[in-house]
Amino acid sequence: MTAIPLKKDPYSIIITGVGGQGNVLASRLLGSMLADKGFYVTIGETFGASQRGGSVMSHLRVSKEGVASPQIPRGRADVIVSLEPVEAFRVLATYGNPDAVLLTNTHPIYPVGVIRGELSYPPLDELQDVISRLLPASYFIDATEQALLLGNAILANIVMLGALGRLNIVSFDRENFHAAIGRRVAADKVAVNLQAFDVGYGMVQV
Amino acid sequence: MSYLIDEGKNVQHLLMGNEAIVRGALEAGINVAAGYPGTPSSEIIESFSQVAKERNLYVEWSTNEKVAVEVAAAASFAGLRSMCVMKQNGVNVASDFLLHLASSGTRGGMLLVSCDDPGALSSVNEGESRLFAQLLEIPLLEPGDFQEAKDIIKWAYELSEEIRNIVMIRSVTRMSHASGNVTYGPLPSDTAARAKFNYHGPLLDPENGPVISMILAAPELQHGPQQEKMKKAAAIFETCPFNTYTGPEAPELLIITSSACSLYSREAVKILGLGKRVGILKLATTWPLPPVFLKKHLAATERILIVEEVAPTLEDHVKVLAAESVQEIGPKLFYGKKSGHLPSVGELNPDLVLAVLSRLCAVPYEAAAGVFATEAKALMEKLAPPRGMIFCPGCPHRASYWSIHNALQLDGRGGFVCGDIGCYVMGILPAGFSTVKTLHAMGSGSGIASGFGKLRQFGMDQPIVSVCGDSTFFHAAMPALANAIHHRSPFTMVILDNRGTAMTGFQPHPGSPINVLGETVPALDIEKICRAMGAKVEASDPFDLEKTREKLGHLLEYAEGAKVLILKQACALSPEKRGRKKYEVTVDETLCRGEDCGCNRLCTRIFGCPGLAWDGEKKVSHIDDIICAGCGVCVDICPAGAILKKEVA
Ligand code: SF4
Ligand code: SF4
Repeated sequence: MTAIPLKKDPYSIIITGVGGQGNVLASRLLGSMLADKGFYVTIGETFGASQRGGSVMSHLRVSKEGVASPQIPRGRADVIVSLEPVEAFRVLATYGNPDAVLLTNTHPIYPVGVIRGELSYPPLDELQDVISRLLPASYFIDATEQALLLGNAILANIVMLGALGRLNIVSFDRENFHAAIGRRVAADKVAVNLQAFDVGYGMVQV
Repeated sequence: MSYLIDEGKNVQHLLMGNEAIVRGALEAGINVAAGYPGTPSSEIIESFSQVAKERNLYVEWSTNEKVAVEVAAAASFAGLRSMCVMKQNGVNVASDFLLHLASSGTRGGMLLVSCDDPGALSSVNEGESRLFAQLLEIPLLEPGDFQEAKDIIKWAYELSEEIRNIVMIRSVTRMSHASGNVTYGPLPSDTAARAKFNYHGPLLDPENGPVISMILAAPELQHGPQQEKMKKAAAIFETCPFNTYTGPEAPELLIITSSACSLYSREAVKILGLGKRVGILKLATTWPLPPVFLKKHLAATERILIVEEVAPTLEDHVKVLAAESVQEIGPKLFYGKKSGHLPSVGELNPDLVLAVLSRLCAVPYEAAAGVFATEAKALMEKLAPPRGMIFCPGCPHRASYWSIHNALQLDGRGGFVCGDIGCYVMGILPAGFSTVKTLHAMGSGSGIASGFGKLRQFGMDQPIVSVCGDSTFFHAAMPALANAIHHRSPFTMVILDNRGTAMTGFQPHPGSPINVLGETVPALDIEKICRAMGAKVEASDPFDLEKTREKLGHLLEYAEGAKVLILKQACALSPEKRGRKKYEVTVDETLCRGEDCGCNRLCTRIFGCPGLAWDGEKKVSHIDDIICAGCGVCVDICPAGAILKKEVA
């Protein structure tokens, strides 16, 4: 594929989700694909205690010039990829702007307050309406459902990467993904990851 | 083969700051690395262990940070290059030995790597290890990006050998856990290092004498030379290649910064288009400051903004230097934490630097289009329920705290738990039924409990319980238990043994049968140790709620001396359990009493495992199959017998 020029430098991508969803792997994969393409990539991650059921966020900065801040300034995310719908909204409110592109998994993971029946989780269609109104370029897919069909909910992160690849806003393709995943997972897991990537790729129309 | 030991010209990888430090040490020919796990430092020892065979390294997770420094120091005394690694709180633990080591000096290059956690993103407190460099009188280096995190290590080893003392490297979460492109240098071809400790020379002979920190009322013999080493370091720092300046010759504002803050500063200057007005002096050598280099930059401006996290240590040092050289460089105006331009707590980010720069340079800045930001924020507050911290689904701690909580309630004398450090700190939250009432340092729960136990003399009759993890037991709780047994302090120590240092990612400890290198090693038996020490000891599986509560109740009633209950069950995320369910669990909706249950929805509202959720429409609980870890505990929580389990074949 021809390299897509950066619309901004640094170009800022957020991958978000809930602890345990494979957020960190997704950001490392995307980061190494872009580094392979010759970009400077800086990734800032929030994990650790926040892993235990909390929100997890990775900030990716892509640049031709050099290292960037591992934290994106507020309002400056160009792309938001979320493994969980409410997290997408949380990130969009802090880091979003009307030109940002948003791609989110629609499978909810309930916060404790919701599990306990003390708080309510917004209905998905309402969330979808509100997000699309704020950000015209938003895409919603049930990546977890597809991941489960492939045998493991954790693959939702890879389905999301596939969908991001289809959106053609960041420079990477299946071949880059193949190389990057090959460095990260055991050889016998590569095939199912590629499958997940392909499924995701097929889930969005542009 | 790990990408950490790739070779060849211009090999480049995306590395975490922690990995870059490891690669730098490998390029410098390190032989020994020791540490104690703690976020955000843990990946350093883990990465060393992955290449230990290929690079002829000795790597260990030590019992605690003080021992880690001692182990690394021995390597240095024997002429090898070594590193000790810890999070900032670990430096507190190691500080006693470190003070002596800094006085005795080192031989082979030795580095102390401290990873601080500004903002306490994954710590109990927001610590600051830079002040230790001042107290220990050792040089401090802070890398400003990922390439530098690699490159500075070799330089630091040379410095350590030049001044014959330990050198401190300070990283922060946003360096250690952030990643960036790193271009590799060559690895040494010879990995066959020989160790020998020479001690036949005269006392205080830095090369061949015994290594001691004993001054015997003659401080000039050791403290004097130690200060000379610092002067030498300052002189070397004058030309340190990692201190850089970008900006105009005479900036109207000079930012002095280091570490991740230099990246925030750079971004803020760029966004505001201030490159021609504002200069950035990025320091890697933050203690001692190189005076000539600094004075040159201070002289070129009148206004100085110090951008740093946690304590204003750089600010203080620069101000002292400026005051001492006021005749040379003229009076200055300082901005930073002390002037209130930057917050004195929490981590910094580009926005905070943007705000202060916009104010000091009178350039207006707004993060996002006003309407969008306000609307999105209002909707977020309305639509996005916050995520509290909870134990993982299937976590043994939830079950343990459930039993402790219930046993104390049943006992009815107002008993409480003294907490300790690990995932089980969440015992202070509803996630742990708010059973924990004191929380401090590693091992302190049992020490405090030992003290509370002795207050009976003053009429205190509340039952005292302490909790501590298996790794924490070896790290710092054993002396507390010895104290309690010896002084007959009546309390119950509950050891939450989940087979590894769970919170930081299952690092082995002295109770583990396999070490970080994958070798089979003697596993110390906590139960036998406690018994041999003289405590009354019981053990149980925390998933067996009834037996656990019974044993606890019994121990609480037993008034004599220190008692130990060991609750053994592997962490839900442990490699042996991950992705494997012991039980298939379901809720029989016809049996679920919903809102009429116990004190209203016992399982979801009170027990709170995320694998079980409340269905607000049907008014029953249900199991979320993707999240449930299949531990089966909630089956025994449900008073109606509505939760059913079936063993997975
Ligand atoms: S990591 Fe292990 S010990 Fe920590 S909360 Fe999760 S299950 Fe519990
Ligand atoms: S069996 Fe019950 S307690 Fe255990 S993980 Fe599943 S929902 Fe949670």
